[in-house]
Amino acid sequence: MDWNFVIWSLVKILAVIFLAVMPIVAYAVLAERKISAWIQDRVGPNRTAPPLLAKVPVIGPFLISLGIFQPLADGLKFILKEDFTPAGVRKIYFSLAPAIAMIPALMTVAVIPFGSNLGNQRMVIADLNVGILYTFGIVSLAVYGIVLAGYASNSKYPFLGGIRSSAQMISYELSMGMSVIPIFMLVGQLNLSEVIAYQAKFGWFALPFMASEQTWQSYVLWPCTFLSFFIFLVAAFAETNRLPFDMPEAETELVGGYHTEYSSMRFGLFFMGEYAAMVAVSAMMVVLFFGGWTLPFWRLDQPATSIPMGLAHIGIFMGKLLAFMGLFIWVRWMLPRFRYDQLMDLGWRKFIPLALANILVAAIILWATTTTK
Amino acid sequence: MIVPRKKLNFWERLYLPAIAGGIKVTTKHFVNTLFRGNTVAKETSGGFYPETPWVVGAGYRGAPYLVKDQAGDTKCVSCQLCEFVCPPKAIRIVPPGPAGEIADRSNAEKMPKEFEINMLRCIFCGFCQEVCPEEAIFLQKDYSLTGLTRAEMIYDKEKLLALGGVSPGIQKWKQKAEEAKEQEMFPVKP
Repeated sequence: MDWNFVIWSLVKILAVIFLAVMPIVAYAVLAERKISAWIQDRVGPNRTAPPLLAKVPVIGPFLISLGIFQPLADGLKFILKEDFTPAGVRKIYFSLAPAIAMIPALMTVAVIPFGSNLGNQRMVIADLNVGILYTFGIVSLAVYGIVLAGYASNSKYPFLGGIRSSAQMISYELSMGMSVIPIFMLVGQLNLSEVIAYQAKFGWFALPFMASEQTWQSYVLWPCTFLSFFIFLVAAFAETNRLPFDMPEAETELVGGYHTEYSSMRFGLFFMGEYAAMVAVSAMMVVLFFGGWTLPFWRLDQPATSIPMGLAHIGIFMGKLLAFMGLFIWVRWMLPRFRYDQLMDLGWRKFIPLALANILVAAIILWATTTTK
Repeated sequence: MIVPRKKLNFWERLYLPAIAGGIKVTTKHFVNTLFRGNTVAKETSGGFYPETPWVVGAGYRGAPYLVKDQAGDTKCVSCQLCEFVCPPKAIRIVPPGPAGEIADRSNAEKMPKEFEINMLRCIFCGFCQEVCPEEAIFLQKDYSLTGLTRAEMIYDKEKLLALGGVSPGIQKWKQKAEEAKEQEMFPVKP
């Protein structure tokens, strides 16, 4: 066995989970609370502070007013709360569901190239040749967590939430999967690192205007790739159960949807799972449509040859990812929830035909441009 | 009645105008709050809650307290209507009984011996105020009632009267007494 590979993989897994995903999840919750507060003319969490911090001049009160320590207090609260199991639940599924909701989101991150190189290590945990297929396979498992939670809770609101989520997630997975087919017809491979390499050369699929190799093919195909991005974005909102498509949760009509009966850290897992799924989907969008860790200037689109360059690439990737997280959060406080039939109508009668037409048009353009070359 | 649903045109069915409107509104509020520091709390009460209590508006239904009239007499006549109407059964009245203490006002028959409101049960519905024929109980502006024990949250007659203050309303029994006096003095011509 290649121990070097095993150890480095472990290091990368731990670093990605505990230095990137988990902190982003924790602070995304804080960002969600702060941004919602600012949009709604409030101030948000601005009191939590460890002892003595308030005494530090200028920096202390500033950090406290930003609520930097709120996630720590939230986490502590989740751990210390009573973990209550209601009578009449199916205990095995009930305890399994939060884990199933959390794990797929973390597993998706495995194939995301989050940087080019650091030293001689490639900044991707598993450089799979079937990266995108793996992602869709794992993402479709996420629905089980919610369905099982709804089924096992023995309560009507979670049950309704579970039913809705299974319908919604299956519907939007179709359009999500079909939306990326034009991308892979262009790239010719399913490996996500190759997708980034292609975009570094021919321009980002969402905005192909600053490529190192300008081709008129990428301009002609831009409407198709942009439409791909748009469908993927909307489906991503539905897949992560975020407003305006948060049917499974629907606080106002289903109390809390599938996690109504959960408390303590089990609820915490659902909560973290939602944000981890947002991180995973944002990372997918960055990789597929916004060039991953590349920027089309200052030679940042080539794999790094030095450590600072490698760190810069990771920084670029994080920046793009956080921008998408910001978009997710902002949209939640901007748009009202869709009605269930509107949601299904949008999924089946608008986006699936649109995605199919997109594949066809992209294929024709691709065929025409490559044969006339 | 059936409200006719407005037919949306193609542009509206794309949801794009609604999304553009959403971006406009949220950005406006975001900028106003984050960079200019305009918040609802500052506008309505001039500060943030625990330090600056919220100023409630007129007609706010806070905790119910007993009131006295302008002469400093208890207005409640122990009719127990509020006790009967109270949905969560938060009010408990002990009437004075035949040999009990006489009312503060000379012509009123009685006043309660004990009058308790359990503020843990009270739902601030205002039925007691609505039903009271004497205008003796009012929902006032207190909204933050705290105590360390359950017993502490049962407010007795003295506490309720002290918190309630003086009602500026009409003095029904004083008027009655004056009318009776005029009846006595009515000049009857032989």
